Amino acid sequence: MTLEEIRGRLQGDIPGCQAELVVNGSPSAQNSLLIDRQHGLEAARLLRDRLHLDFCSNVTAVDWPDQDKTEKIKTKQTVDGVEKEVEETRKTKIPGYLEVVYHLFSMTNKEGPVIVRMRTANRTDDVTLPSLTPVWRSAEFQEREAFDLYGVVFEGHPDLRRILMWEGFTDHPMRKDYVPPPDDDLEILRER
Amino acid sequence: MDQDLKTELSKHGIFATSFEELYNWGRKNSVWPLTFGLACCAIEMIATTMARYDLARFGAEVFRPSPRQADLMIVSGTVTKKMAPQVVRLYNQMPEPKYVIAMGACAISGGPFRDGYNVLKGIDRFIPVDVHIPGCPPRPEALIHAFMALQDKISAQHLTGESRPRHLKQELPSEFPVPEFGEHGLEPAQNDEIFHNPLKVLQG
Amino acid sequence: MTQVAPPEAQQDNLLEISMGPQHPSTHGVFRMDVRLDGERVMRLKPVFGYLHRNHEKIAEAASYLSAIPYTDRLDYLCSMTNNWGYALAVEKLTGLTVPERAEYIRVIVAELTRLQNHAGMVGFLLQDMGASGTPLMYAFRERERVLDLFESLSGARMMCNYMRFGGVRVDCSAEWLSQTAKLVAGFNSFLDEFEQLLTGNEILMARTQGVGLLPRELAINAGVTGPGLRASGVNYDLRKVDRYGVYDRFQFRVPLGEQGDVFDRYMMRVLEMRESLKILEQALRDIPPGPIMDPKARLRGLRPKAGEAYGRIESPKGELGFYLISDGSPNPYRYRVRPPSLINLTVLEDMCLGHNIADVVVILGSIDIVMGEVDR
Repeated sequence: MTLEEIRGRLQGDIPGCQAELVVNGSPSAQNSLLIDRQHGLEAARLLRDRLHLDFCSNVTAVDWPDQDKTEKIKTKQTVDGVEKEVEETRKTKIPGYLEVVYHLFSMTNKEGPVIVRMRTANRTDDVTLPSLTPVWRSAEFQEREAFDLYGVVFEGHPDLRRILMWEGFTDHPMRKDYVPPPDDDLEILRER
Repeated sequence: MDQDLKTELSKHGIFATSFEELYNWGRKNSVWPLTFGLACCAIEMIATTMARYDLARFGAEVFRPSPRQADLMIVSGTVTKKMAPQVVRLYNQMPEPKYVIAMGACAISGGPFRDGYNVLKGIDRFIPVDVHIPGCPPRPEALIHAFMALQDKISAQHLTGESRPRHLKQELPSEFPVPEFGEHGLEPAQNDEIFHNPLKVLQG
Repeated sequence: MTQVAPPEAQQDNLLEISMGPQHPSTHGVFRMDVRLDGERVMRLKPVFGYLHRNHEKIAEAASYLSAIPYTDRLDYLCSMTNNWGYALAVEKLTGLTVPERAEYIRVIVAELTRLQNHAGMVGFLLQDMGASGTPLMYAFRERERVLDLFESLSGARMMCNYMRFGGVRVDCSAEWLSQTAKLVAGFNSFLDEFEQLLTGNEILMARTQGVGLLPRELAINAGVTGPGLRASGVNYDLRKVDRYGVYDRFQFRVPLGEQGDVFDRYMMRVLEMRESLKILEQALRDIPPGPIMDPKARLRGLRPKAGEAYGRIESPKGELGFYLISDGSPNPYRYRVRPPSLINLTVLEDMCLGHNIADVVVILGSIDIVMGEVDR
């Protein structure tokens, strides 16, 4: 099945589900589907049971930080009674999010990959996503790793705690804005 | 004692030595390591104990699984911040005299993984190291060379006097404080009594 | 998930022990918190992270080329196949094609890696059962011969750093190919000797048959791949499914198990070694002359177009995958390793419940994990 057909199936069978095609620019031609997080669990069940995508191979978390966009806009302004064209620089903030990408294959039909993505609302306070561990058990440790290193909270995960770092650790090290603790050697080298 | 006299006597079956030489000879030829492999260097350590590069002929006959029965800890592989308290605890549990070989670039200074947030930049931040082996991973012959260097170090130790080793000096500690897991790293980040940061020393 | 729950009154009498991280049989720095009722396992929770070396973060700060030596150190017994997995993912991302001779060389070194990995796994499994290192000595004797070949080809015994994007780093000589042919010719008799000593051995059979059963549906759902999956009866070998490289030109069978116990997983390794020998004979016979690098490939300053790719290979441990997201800069934006050993461990608790603590060691040995890959 092509991705368009899968998208049609998801949007048709699950009311309210929104799936968007994300095109990939590289020669690998591995396009993916962006599914909204409210219907993530239902969509996963459909993919596993009806489309026989029984093997979830890889669960990856990606950090997209907030971006500042500066654009120069020409506007008309009245200055001292004369209408002039003035150039204004406007800065807009594009909010960032955390994204989790699932690579799905079918062991029974020897097909794949079907790539599915889900995004959180932002990077600060609303970082929850539905856990797909009840559907594919292979996501259990990988979602724990996404929680540990990125801070994505998976609702419905049977045992969500840190897996690679120790329990008292407070940072999420794989995020792009992580600052490691001060290290004497590097500070001395920087001073030189 | 004169070396020629010693050789002459030994031809007649009379063996003359000092207590110190005999003591060191016995200790250096029966150093039993602890089974302590952390990462890739552990595989080269296992290869050194196998039939091709046999380490047992140097006295490392059995690798003891319990630290209470071992003399030598070969720290082979990257020491991460999560593993560091266990390494120090194991070192504390070994009875004196005990030695540490830091095998591989990771155990010496963090190695290729030095920039990692979970990597301890060298095990000598917390425990004293006797022999360092460079390499990534060092060849089995390099580990044998390090073992022989350790044997030379043991045979050069004096039992009395100011230059006697640590385990014969009552006032020096044989156990070192175990670091705790902090919120951003280990607390303390290094043991300042034994770790002398070479860059700070150069700075003055 | 099968749960064996003791009656409420016995909950307080359970003995909780922590096996590891320093333990003679945990295959590296791995810890298991086990709750026992006498000697039977009631609960088992694995603890990871003791070898978490931040491979992904370091690779995101470095260029594509400088991540190759770090992939050597993932599954440190099989550096050639790790390199291949990463090179495949980058070739998918950039659209490079690999010339034929390089593809044949890649198959030859990958199958040699599989031989020495499976021989080592059988040796370590027997050592965990108490055979005190003798089968391991035999396995390492053959492994040293394979490592000699790797050293003369790539310059290093273990961390070979051999594959490049679009081919391999150096060409192999005719002398090297004839030495490999000699090793392959002698390997069958080593396997016969090994099997004669081990496969019919009554201690091995008593300790491995019926122990650590992994049902088929659980294996698929939990993402188990590699010999562990095929021991449970699922015919899924990436060399046949994806047909990456030139594997579709070789005749070889995929052995399948019936029950998914430790004995089946052990026999999988032995049978796969024999199939690897067949592939090696065919590859050594058919290798063509020619270039070893794609002429379009630029090693330094590789800047792939923005996009993403997922490339996977059948490594000796299972499906090793690399997921790369590029944003047009010389460093990858997101670099992710799909570790087969970590995902194969998802079912460790299920396989160990109800067994004795001594069986836990044997079951862990049969999954064949390497901590460099589990923790990355």
